[in-house]
Amino acid sequence: MASNFFSRGFTGRRRSPEELADRLPPGQYYERGFPVLTAGPTPRIDWTAWKFRIDGMVGTELEWTSAEFEALPFETVPCDIHCVTKWSKLGTSFGGVSLDTLLGDAQPAGAYAMAMSYGGYTTNLPVADLTGGKAWIVTEHEGEPLPREHGGPARLLVPHLYFWKSAKWIAALRIMDRDEPGFWEQNGYHNYGDPWREQRYWGD
Amino acid sequence: MEVSQRAPGRWQIATVTEVKRETPRVKSFRLVLPMWMPHLPGQHYDVRLTAPDGYRAQRSYSVASSPLEKGTVELTIDRLADGEVSPYFHDVVEVGDQVEVRGPFASYFVWRGESPVLLVGGGSGVVPLMAMLRHRRLTHDHGQMRLIYSVRHADDVIFAGEIDGDATLTFTRDAPPGWAGHTGHIDAGMFTAADHSDGTVFICGSNGFVEAAADLAMTAGFDPARIRTERFGPTG
Repeated sequence: MASNFFSRGFTGRRRSPEELADRLPPGQYYERGFPVLTAGPTPRIDWTAWKFRIDGMVGTELEWTSAEFEALPFETVPCDIHCVTKWSKLGTSFGGVSLDTLLGDAQPAGAYAMAMSYGGYTTNLPVADLTGGKAWIVTEHEGEPLPREHGGPARLLVPHLYFWKSAKWIAALRIMDRDEPGFWEQNGYHNYGDPWREQRYWGD
Repeated sequence: MEVSQRAPGRWQIATVTEVKRETPRVKSFRLVLPMWMPHLPGQHYDVRLTAPDGYRAQRSYSVASSPLEKGTVELTIDRLADGEVSPYFHDVVEVGDQVEVRGPFASYFVWRGESPVLLVGGGSGVVPLMAMLRHRRLTHDHGQMRLIYSVRHADDVIFAGEIDGDATLTFTRDAPPGWAGHTGHIDAGMFTAADHSDGTVFICGSNGFVEAAADLAMTAGFDPARIRTERFGPTG
């Protein structure tokens, strides 16, 4: 529908640089900043008290203190991120620990995961989207400690999905044998959220 | 008009039937939709512009009107100088123009009739809150809902004709001549005076505004689980 429609007098004045155009998913625009979007108050989490847990349907439930987490192999992750509110930030980077490392010893027995945050936020993802070098728990952004409003001290990073899947203030991953919708997924947003298929809302 | 109700999500071509200047930076656009469905106050629509060569730009805008106004939605849009969709609306769109939209979307920052409710808006963050306030005024006489509304300058008041006894307005930079009300940033006293801390608070504005307001709400005794926020990024 509406395929022949165009907007009278619209030419587009914020086109992305040509060399970046193929990195912008449909409906997204190029944003140099890093906007903040959060559904509630910003939690304050002390790094020394921070813990991260993997539980649910796993061979072994695991928990890391921040000191134990700091001893794990650390990677810098260059990536593009895409927010469902239409902005994309291209060529940014985060630093943290691969979920391959974290999930490896836990031995997930279910195919789905619920990411759970300090403050109560949740988001669901298939385990297959968290393994194979596609997801991290990150504590740095562009070489600096991750700011609190962007999920510091630690957030999930799953750059191939819309950024609401990259849960801020991550506390735990619960492995499940069936899929359940998380916070935004219950509130009108797409269950999977692939930006390249423009899966923004229910029914997309 | 005849209105058909469909699931949200499909693009449709709306017609602009009214353009109202609210402030030097803000205009409201009344759209008539061929596939209208009732929204929840606080929900948004996506707008998509298409250039003749196929280039497209999308943004989301909150609905300012009550869902009792059947067949139409009012989108109130702040003109961001370096944006491309909001300047198009401000500089090009006239009554009779067609605009591609889909919605309504999202069901978290929405009012479903809870009472009491405190609304806290900064600048154009008042837009989704006005949908709630308008809907409350039309439907829910006994519900308790108050608005705390912070603007910078005397001429920044959106919906100025509708800021009534259920609203507390404050000017952070300069107030109108003879203004006897609040000036300066929102403060704990405004939250205490509203006396709705056993209820739900909806906060919308810039990130800095929302952070400050959420802290004040928690200090005033609101349960963090009932503090709902929506932050405006630099989306234009």
